[in-house]
Amino acid sequence: MSVYRMTRYTLITSIVNRGTGLVLSLGLFLLIYWLTAVAAGKDAFAQAQTLLASPLAKLIYLGLILAGSYHLVAGIRHLIWDTGSGMERAQAQRSAWIVVLASLALTLLIAWALFAASPGGVR
Amino acid sequence: MSLRSALGRAQGHGAAHSGVHHWWMQRLTSLALVPLSVWFVTSLMALQRAGGGHSYDNVRAWMGQGWSVLLLTLLVLVGAWHSRLGVQVVIEDYVHDSGSKTLALILSNFLHVLLAAAGVLAILRVSFGVAS
Repeated sequence: MSVYRMTRYTLITSIVNRGTGLVLSLGLFLLIYWLTAVAAGKDAFAQAQTLLASPLAKLIYLGLILAGSYHLVAGIRHLIWDTGSGMERAQAQRSAWIVVLASLALTLLIAWALFAASPGGVR
Repeated sequence: MSLRSALGRAQGHGAAHSGVHHWWMQRLTSLALVPLSVWFVTSLMALQRAGGGHSYDNVRAWMGQGWSVLLLTLLVLVGAWHSRLGVQVVIEDYVHDSGSKTLALILSNFLHVLLAAAGVLAILRVSFGVAS
Protein backbone atom coordinates (compact mmCIF):
# COMPACT_ATOMS: atom_id res chain seq x y z
CA MET A 1 0.00 0.00 0.00
CA SER A 2 2.86 2.38 0.78
CA VAL A 3 4.12 2.23 -2.79
CA TYR A 4 1.00 3.84 -4.20
CA ARG A 5 0.79 7.55 -4.85
CA MET A 6 -2.87 8.46 -4.92
CA THR A 7 -4.92 11.59 -5.30
CA ARG A 8 -7.14 12.44 -2.39
CA TYR A 9 -10.22 11.14 -4.24
CA THR A 10 -8.70 7.78 -4.95
CA LEU A 11 -7.29 7.49 -1.46
CA ILE A 12 -10.60 8.22 0.24
CA THR A 13 -12.73 6.06 -2.03
CA SER A 14 -10.24 3.23 -1.63
CA ILE A 15 -10.26 3.38 2.16
CA VAL A 16 -14.03 3.68 2.34
CA ASN A 17 -14.40 0.74 -0.05
CA ARG A 18 -12.21 -1.31 2.25
CA GLY A 19 -14.19 -0.17 5.31
CA THR A 20 -17.56 -0.96 3.76
CA GLY A 21 -16.20 -4.36 2.74
CA LEU A 22 -15.29 -5.12 6.34
CA VAL A 23 -18.73 -3.97 7.53
CA LEU A 24 -20.29 -6.35 5.02
CA SER A 25 -18.05 -9.17 6.22
CA LEU A 26 -19.54 -8.65 9.68
CA GLY A 27 -22.97 -8.59 8.06
CA LEU A 28 -22.31 -12.11 6.80
CA PHE A 29 -22.79 -13.30 10.38
CA LEU A 30 -26.22 -11.69 10.44
CA LEU A 31 -27.20 -13.26 7.12
CA ILE A 32 -26.21 -16.72 8.28
CA TYR A 33 -27.94 -16.16 11.64
CA TRP A 34 -31.14 -15.24 9.84
CA LEU A 35 -31.01 -18.23 7.43
CA THR A 36 -30.28 -20.60 10.32
CA ALA A 37 -33.15 -19.15 12.35
CA VAL A 38 -35.59 -19.82 9.51
CA ALA A 39 -34.28 -23.36 9.08
CA ALA A 40 -34.65 -24.02 12.80
CA GLY A 41 -38.43 -23.80 12.75
CA LYS A 42 -41.20 -21.43 13.76
CA ASP A 43 -40.51 -21.34 17.50
CA ALA A 44 -36.78 -20.81 17.15
CA PHE A 45 -37.45 -18.13 14.56
CA ALA A 46 -39.86 -16.34 16.87
CA GLN A 47 -37.12 -16.16 19.48
CA ALA A 48 -34.61 -14.91 16.93
CA GLN A 49 -37.14 -12.28 15.87
CA THR A 50 -36.77 -10.46 19.19
CA LEU A 51 -33.25 -9.64 18.01
CA LEU A 52 -33.88 -9.42 14.29
CA ALA A 53 -36.85 -7.05 14.56
CA SER A 54 -35.42 -4.83 17.30
CA PRO A 55 -34.74 -1.12 16.72
CA LEU A 56 -31.01 -1.75 17.04
CA ALA A 57 -31.25 -4.38 14.34
CA LYS A 58 -33.03 -1.93 12.04
CA LEU A 59 -30.19 0.51 12.56
CA ILE A 60 -27.72 -2.23 11.67
CA TYR A 61 -29.71 -3.06 8.53
CA LEU A 62 -29.53 0.58 7.49
CA GLY A 63 -25.79 0.54 8.00
CA LEU A 64 -25.47 -2.65 5.98
CA ILE A 65 -27.59 -1.22 3.16
CA LEU A 66 -25.40 1.88 3.08
CA ALA A 67 -22.20 -0.16 3.19
CA GLY A 68 -23.51 -2.59 0.59
CA SER A 69 -24.63 0.11 -1.81
CA TYR A 70 -21.31 1.92 -1.59
CA HIS A 71 -19.26 -1.26 -1.89
CA LEU A 72 -21.30 -2.40 -4.90
CA VAL A 73 -20.92 0.85 -6.82
CA ALA A 74 -17.28 1.36 -5.85
CA GLY A 75 -16.62 -2.26 -6.77
CA ILE A 76 -18.12 -1.78 -10.22
CA ARG A 77 -15.86 1.26 -10.62
CA HIS A 78 -12.90 -1.02 -9.82
CA LEU A 79 -14.05 -3.56 -12.39
CA ILE A 80 -14.31 -0.81 -14.99
CA TRP A 81 -10.78 0.29 -14.12
CA ASP A 82 -9.65 -3.29 -14.67
CA THR A 83 -10.67 -2.95 -18.30
CA GLY A 84 -8.29 -0.02 -18.50
CA SER A 85 -10.73 2.83 -18.89
CA GLY A 86 -11.64 5.70 -16.60
CA MET A 87 -8.24 6.10 -15.02
CA GLU A 88 -7.43 9.65 -16.08
CA ARG A 89 -7.36 11.92 -13.04
CA ALA A 90 -10.43 13.93 -14.10
CA GLN A 91 -12.35 10.76 -14.83
CA ALA A 92 -11.42 9.19 -11.51
CA GLN A 93 -12.52 12.29 -9.64
CA ARG A 94 -15.82 12.39 -11.47
CA SER A 95 -16.48 8.70 -10.90
CA ALA A 96 -15.68 9.16 -7.19
CA TRP A 97 -18.60 11.59 -6.95
CA ILE A 98 -20.81 9.25 -8.94
CA VAL A 99 -20.01 6.48 -6.48
CA VAL A 100 -20.97 8.61 -3.49
CA LEU A 101 -24.18 9.94 -5.04
CA ALA A 102 -25.26 6.61 -6.52
CA SER A 103 -24.75 4.75 -3.25
CA LEU A 104 -26.71 7.37 -1.30
CA ALA A 105 -29.54 7.17 -3.83
CA LEU A 106 -29.52 3.37 -3.71
CA THR A 107 -29.56 3.43 0.08
CA LEU A 108 -32.55 5.76 0.18
CA LEU A 109 -34.43 3.68 -2.36
CA ILE A 110 -33.79 0.37 -0.61
CA ALA A 111 -34.41 1.75 2.88
CA TRP A 112 -37.69 3.26 1.75
CA ALA A 113 -38.80 0.00 0.14
CA LEU A 114 -37.91 -2.00 3.23
CA PHE A 115 -38.81 0.30 6.10
CA ALA A 116 -41.56 2.60 4.90
CA ALA A 117 -45.06 1.37 5.76
CA SER A 118 -46.01 -1.36 3.34
CA PRO A 119 -49.53 -2.12 2.04
CA GLY A 120 -49.98 -5.20 4.21
CA GLY A 121 -48.62 -3.54 7.34
CA VAL A 122 -45.18 -4.09 8.79
CA ARG A 123 -44.83 -7.71 9.91
CA MET B 1 7.72 -18.68 -22.96
CA SER B 2 6.97 -18.72 -19.25
CA LEU B 3 9.17 -16.62 -17.03
CA ARG B 4 8.43 -18.78 -14.00
CA SER B 5 11.32 -20.62 -12.43
CA ALA B 6 11.36 -24.42 -12.42
CA LEU B 7 10.92 -24.46 -8.65
CA GLY B 8 7.99 -22.07 -8.93
CA ARG B 9 6.28 -24.24 -11.47
CA ALA B 10 6.91 -27.35 -9.37
CA GLN B 11 5.51 -25.76 -6.21
CA GLY B 12 2.60 -24.16 -8.01
CA HIS B 13 3.50 -20.66 -6.86
CA GLY B 14 6.40 -18.22 -6.91
CA ALA B 15 8.21 -16.54 -4.05
CA ALA B 16 5.12 -14.56 -3.07
CA HIS B 17 3.12 -17.75 -2.66
CA SER B 18 0.14 -16.27 -4.47
CA GLY B 19 -0.68 -13.02 -6.22
CA VAL B 20 -2.38 -12.98 -9.56
CA HIS B 21 -4.64 -15.89 -8.67
CA HIS B 22 -5.96 -14.02 -5.64
CA TRP B 23 -6.48 -10.91 -7.73
CA TRP B 24 -8.35 -12.81 -10.42
CA MET B 25 -10.54 -14.68 -7.92
CA GLN B 26 -11.38 -11.34 -6.31
CA ARG B 27 -12.50 -10.04 -9.70
CA LEU B 28 -14.51 -13.14 -10.53
CA THR B 29 -16.32 -13.19 -7.19
CA SER B 30 -16.99 -9.45 -7.46
CA LEU B 31 -18.49 -9.88 -10.89
CA ALA B 32 -20.71 -12.74 -9.75
CA LEU B 33 -21.82 -10.80 -6.70
CA VAL B 34 -23.20 -7.92 -8.76
CA PRO B 35 -26.23 -9.84 -10.08
CA LEU B 36 -26.43 -12.01 -6.96
CA SER B 37 -26.66 -9.11 -4.54
CA VAL B 38 -29.08 -7.23 -6.79
CA TRP B 39 -31.27 -10.34 -6.84
CA PHE B 40 -31.06 -10.70 -3.06
CA VAL B 41 -31.97 -7.12 -2.25
CA THR B 42 -34.81 -6.97 -4.79
CA SER B 43 -36.15 -10.26 -3.39
CA LEU B 44 -36.17 -8.80 0.12
CA MET B 45 -37.90 -5.68 -1.16
CA ALA B 46 -40.49 -7.74 -3.06
CA LEU B 47 -41.18 -9.81 0.06
CA GLN B 48 -41.73 -6.67 2.06
CA ARG B 49 -44.02 -5.01 -0.47
CA ALA B 50 -46.09 -8.17 -0.98
CA GLY B 51 -47.73 -7.79 2.41
CA GLY B 52 -46.99 -9.77 5.52
CA GLY B 53 -43.44 -8.59 5.38
CA HIS B 54 -40.60 -10.82 6.46
CA SER B 55 -42.70 -13.16 8.53
CA TYR B 56 -41.57 -16.72 9.15
CA ASP B 57 -44.04 -18.18 6.64
CA ASN B 58 -43.23 -15.70 3.89
CA VAL B 59 -39.48 -16.02 4.27
CA ARG B 60 -39.56 -19.79 4.53
CA ALA B 61 -41.73 -20.12 1.43
CA TRP B 62 -39.41 -17.85 -0.52
CA MET B 63 -36.27 -19.57 0.77
CA GLY B 64 -37.51 -23.03 -0.13
CA GLN B 65 -38.38 -22.54 -3.76
CA GLY B 66 -36.17 -23.58 -6.64
CA TRP B 67 -34.52 -20.35 -7.77
CA SER B 68 -34.01 -19.08 -4.25
CA VAL B 69 -32.24 -22.25 -3.17
CA LEU B 70 -29.77 -21.98 -6.03
CA LEU B 71 -29.17 -18.25 -5.87
CA LEU B 72 -29.04 -18.08 -2.07
CA THR B 73 -26.50 -20.90 -2.04
CA LEU B 74 -24.42 -19.05 -4.61
CA LEU B 75 -24.76 -15.82 -2.67
CA VAL B 76 -23.53 -17.46 0.53
CA LEU B 77 -20.65 -19.33 -1.14
CA VAL B 78 -19.44 -16.56 -3.44
CA GLY B 79 -20.03 -13.91 -0.78
CA ALA B 80 -18.05 -15.80 1.83
CA TRP B 81 -15.28 -16.43 -0.70
CA HIS B 82 -15.12 -12.78 -1.68
CA SER B 83 -15.13 -11.72 1.96
CA ARG B 84 -12.40 -14.20 2.80
CA LEU B 85 -10.19 -12.77 0.03
CA GLY B 86 -10.86 -9.20 1.13
CA VAL B 87 -10.17 -9.86 4.80
CA GLN B 88 -6.97 -11.63 3.79
CA VAL B 89 -5.76 -8.47 2.07
CA VAL B 90 -6.64 -6.35 5.11
CA ILE B 91 -4.79 -8.71 7.45
CA GLU B 92 -1.75 -8.79 5.19
CA ASP B 93 -1.72 -5.00 5.00
CA TYR B 94 -2.12 -4.21 8.66
CA VAL B 95 -0.84 -7.13 10.71
CA HIS B 96 2.92 -7.31 10.43
CA ASP B 97 4.01 -9.63 13.18
CA SER B 98 4.22 -12.94 11.37
CA GLY B 99 2.84 -14.98 14.28
CA SER B 100 -0.21 -12.74 14.69
CA LYS B 101 -0.68 -12.56 10.95
CA THR B 102 -0.73 -16.35 10.63
CA LEU B 103 -3.15 -16.66 13.52
CA ALA B 104 -5.42 -13.98 12.08
CA LEU B 105 -5.39 -15.61 8.66
CA ILE B 106 -6.21 -19.01 10.13
CA LEU B 107 -9.08 -17.54 12.16
CA SER B 108 -10.44 -15.68 9.17
CA ASN B 109 -10.32 -18.75 6.95
CA PHE B 110 -11.98 -20.95 9.56
CA LEU B 111 -14.72 -18.42 10.27
CA HIS B 112 -15.50 -17.94 6.60
CA VAL B 113 -15.69 -21.66 5.95
CA LEU B 114 -17.87 -22.09 9.05
CA LEU B 115 -20.23 -19.35 7.92
CA ALA B 116 -20.46 -20.68 4.38
CA ALA B 117 -21.15 -24.22 5.58
CA ALA B 118 -23.77 -23.08 8.10
CA GLY B 119 -25.48 -20.96 5.46
CA VAL B 120 -25.65 -23.71 2.87
CA LEU B 121 -26.86 -26.26 5.41
CA ALA B 122 -29.64 -23.93 6.55
CA ILE B 123 -30.74 -23.40 2.95
CA LEU B 124 -30.72 -27.12 2.26
CA ARG B 125 -32.69 -27.85 5.44
CA VAL B 126 -35.44 -25.51 4.33
CA SER B 127 -35.30 -26.76 0.76
CA PHE B 128 -35.75 -30.39 1.75
CA GLY B 129 -38.39 -29.48 4.30
CA VAL B 130 -36.58 -31.13 7.16
CA ALA B 131 -38.68 -30.70 10.29
CA SER B 132 -36.77 -29.12 13.16
